[in-house]
Amino acid sequence: MQSKPIALTILDIVSIIVLGIASYLALVFAPTEAVMGDVQRVFYFHIGTAWVGLVGFVLAAVSGIAYLITKDMRWDRFEVAAVEVSTMFFFITIVLGSIWARPAWNTWWTWDPRLTTAAVTELIYIAYFMLRQGIEDPDKRARFGAVYALLGGLSAPITFMVIRLFRTIHPVVIGNQSAEAQGGFSMTPDMRTAFFFALFAFTIIFIDMMWHRIRLGGLQEKVEQLKLNVSI
Amino acid sequence: MTDTTKTTSLEKQPMEYRPSFFKATMAIVQKDLSAEFRSRELLSAMLVFSMLVILIFNFALELDIKVRQSVTAGVLWTTFAFAGTLGLNRSMAVEKDRGCMDGLLLAPVDRSAIFFGKAISNLAFMLIVEAIVLPLYALLYNEVRIFQPSFLGVILLGSIGYIAVGTLLSAMSVQTRTRDVLLPILLFPVAVPVLLASVKASGGLLNNATFAEILVPLNLLIVYDVIFIAVAFMVFDFVVEE
Repeated sequence: MQSKPIALTILDIVSIIVLGIASYLALVFAPTEAVMGDVQRVFYFHIGTAWVGLVGFVLAAVSGIAYLITKDMRWDRFEVAAVEVSTMFFFITIVLGSIWARPAWNTWWTWDPRLTTAAVTELIYIAYFMLRQGIEDPDKRARFGAVYALLGGLSAPITFMVIRLFRTIHPVVIGNQSAEAQGGFSMTPDMRTAFFFALFAFTIIFIDMMWHRIRLGGLQEKVEQLKLNVSI
Repeated sequence: MTDTTKTTSLEKQPMEYRPSFFKATMAIVQKDLSAEFRSRELLSAMLVFSMLVILIFNFALELDIKVRQSVTAGVLWTTFAFAGTLGLNRSMAVEKDRGCMDGLLLAPVDRSAIFFGKAISNLAFMLIVEAIVLPLYALLYNEVRIFQPSFLGVILLGSIGYIAVGTLLSAMSVQTRTRDVLLPILLFPVAVPVLLASVKASGGLLNNATFAEILVPLNLLIVYDVIFIAVAFMVFDFVVEE
């Protein structure tokens, strides 16, 4: 068996450390926001997870294209890893956002453009996994996955534009102001430190998880191959 | 085209005979349409289904005159989207079932001609259904505002986008284990923009919005159509290759 690379172990440890520091910065170090109070602290991790979630979806679409061009299975593993890790992070973003929205907007959920787009995007990537699950042939699975990741990556921004249109013309949902204006605040330098560190920390964690998932994909493939050899 | 012309051109260039892209596309459209007009399985199913959906909406939403003012576009588009998936599923399933798709793929034509052929015939079915459902809706609910050219234009643009991405995805979903169940799950989240932009634009037209007001959804609709036709055209090869 292929043993775990040392660099990956180091990255694991670094991830845990930066997560700890980011938590400290967000929960203790950053000053309490004047209007919203402590619940605003959710914001640091909310943006952090959203950032890596979006990066992952862009990476998935790009690696989908790369797979279709090169037909190299490594791109497929990369794409699955990106979608899987990002779907999880994005889900965390939505949950954290809801936790914040309850006191700030007085509701767990509104059909605001960002929220709606997030929900639709999440659904696209759940559909992505259902699609992959239904196909046995690895090549075909990779091809279809790449095509669907590409379609999803293209349609999500258009969804955002379309829904923004809906809500700005129908001012019934959350008023005329945009989402930021509803919970907007200006950051102090300490908040900015916590904010940027959270972005950095989640980027590291994202890379770590991607690495793990890609490695897992490779191992999975190996197991499948071994099983085939045994049955022959 | 007669057999003789075909053979002569074949003799002249034995290896290089390829029907033009347009001809190949039209041949597939013709095949689909004539098969459908003989059996009328698909169209009748889509039509009856559409009427049932509208009937259910009638009671579920209490479509009285005030509600209709705001939801007509939404009801119509939901109906078309549902009926559309029914048609898309069926039109690809018949190709897959008896190995017709393999036959099509063996033909010496560009693969994207198959995509466009299937897309055009799917679009034709959807437009036929719409051409029957819209007047019926107008009749049942006394909604004559439906018959303005710009409203019909929006319906056409929306259908094009929906069918373009739907044809591609149905070609994928028929090759999976879950088949028909999967198509709506794959299609709806990706088609959200086209459905919403169409609802927005057609709803605006029904409520006498000015052209400037519906220009933005209309633009997005056109952008979606162009992007997704282009992408589907480019990736269709990967979806059907064996």
